[in-house]
Amino acid sequence: MSFINYASREINCKIVYYGPGLCGKTTNLQFVYQKTAPDAKGKMISLATETERTLFFDFLPLSLGEIRGFKTRFHLYTVPGQVFYDASRKLILKGVDGVVFVADSQEERIDANIESLENLRLNLKEQGYDLDKLPYVVQYNKRDLPGAMSVEELRRELNPTNVPDYEACATTGEGVFETLKAVAKSILVDLKKGK
Amino acid sequence: MSNPQLVMYEEEFQEINDVIGRLLKEANSKVIFLVDKNGQLISGVGETERFDTTSLASLTAGNIAATGGLAKLIGEKEFSILFHEGEKDNLHISIVAGRVILVVLFDSRSSLGLVRLRVKKSSEELASIFEKLMKKSEEKEKRGSSDFPFAEITDDDIDNLFS
Ligand SMILES: Nc1nc2c(ncn2[C@@H]2O[C@H](COP(=O)(O)OP(=O)(O)OP(=O)(O)O)[C@@H](O)[C@H]2O)c(=O)[nH]1
Ligand SMILES: [Mg+2]
Repeated sequence: MSFINYASREINCKIVYYGPGLCGKTTNLQFVYQKTAPDAKGKMISLATETERTLFFDFLPLSLGEIRGFKTRFHLYTVPGQVFYDASRKLILKGVDGVVFVADSQEERIDANIESLENLRLNLKEQGYDLDKLPYVVQYNKRDLPGAMSVEELRRELNPTNVPDYEACATTGEGVFETLKAVAKSILVDLKKGK
Repeated sequence: MSNPQLVMYEEEFQEINDVIGRLLKEANSKVIFLVDKNGQLISGVGETERFDTTSLASLTAGNIAATGGLAKLIGEKEFSILFHEGEKDNLHISIVAGRVILVVLFDSRSSLGLVRLRVKKSSEELASIFEKLMKKSEEKEKRGSSDFPFAEITDDDIDNLFS
C-alpha cells in the first residue's frame, strides 16, 4: 500500500515487475537505472545468484518530482522468476500498488508465461488482492528475437482482460519507459479516486 | 485490501521522532530507523546521513519478510527480534505493533542488553502512537474527509512527472 506522509510531504508507491525466469525483469530495471538522472534515483540493489539470476529481489527507488507539493516516489521491485522461488515472490508482493507483467515473446516460453501469470493471480489472492482491481499493465518483451510470437497471439493468451500492453526490447530499452509510465499513471489515478 | 494504507500526520510524526530520539540517547546508539513492513522509511534519527536510508529500509523489510517466512515454516508466528553482530557495528531489529520495524545501530559504546531493555520500553510507546495513527486515518476515511492531496490532480499533473 502506498505510504502518504503529511509531515514530510511525501508519497511512496511500490511497483512489482513479475514474469517467468529470464523474461527480462531485471533488464527493465537496469535500463531505467541507466537512463535516470542521478538526482532522481537511489542505488539499485540486486540480490542475485552468481549467475545473475534474481535470488530475492531487485530494488530501484525513483523520485519523479512533485505533484501538488508532494514528493512522488516509486519503489520498483522485481521478483525472482524461477519457479522454485515462489516463497520469495509472495514476500515481494506484500504492499504492492501496481504490477507489470513482463512476458517473454518467444514461442517456446508461452507455457512459462501462462504459468507465471496464474502464479501471480494466485499469490495476489493469497494476500487479499485481486489482479483485476490493481493498477496493472503487460509488457511483451524480447520483440527483437526471431522466434517471437505475434502480439495478437500473445494478447489472446496473456491479456484477456485488455489492460494496457506494450511491446518492448529491454536490452535496448524500447518500450521500457512506456511500460513504467503506464503503471505509474494508473497508480496515481487510483490514488486520486482515494482507494 | 489486506493492509490499510499507512498515513503519517505532523502530530504523530513529531511524537514518533521524540520517542526514537530519546531511545537514541538512552541506548547509546548511533542511528535509529523506523521502517514500514513494506520497505518504506518512516523516520530516522542520529547519524542518518552516513547511510543510504532508502536501501537500508528496503533490505530491512526484505530481511524481516524472509525471517517471517522462515518462522511460519517452523510453526512460529514471527521472530520479533533479530540481531546482527558485526566487527564494529551491530544491528538490533525488532517489530513494533505488528507492522513497523525498529532498527537500532550501535557499537561497543553500548551493549545488546542495554539496547534490548530500552527498545522494549520505547516499543510500547511507539505501539500506542501507531494505534492512534491507524484510528485517526480510519476515522478520516469514514468521514470521507478530503485533505487527501491527490483528489484534485489532473492528467496533466501526472504527465508532467514524466516529462
Ligand atoms: N534479445 C533480448 N534479450 C533480452 C531482452 N531482455 C532481456 N534479455 C536478456 O535475457 C536474459 C535474462 O534477463 P533478466 O533481466 O536477467 O531476466 P529476469 O526476468 O530478471 O530473470 P530472473 O531473475 O531469473 O527472473 C539476459 O541475458 C538479458 O540480456 C530483450 O528484449 N531481447
Ligand atoms: Mg531478475
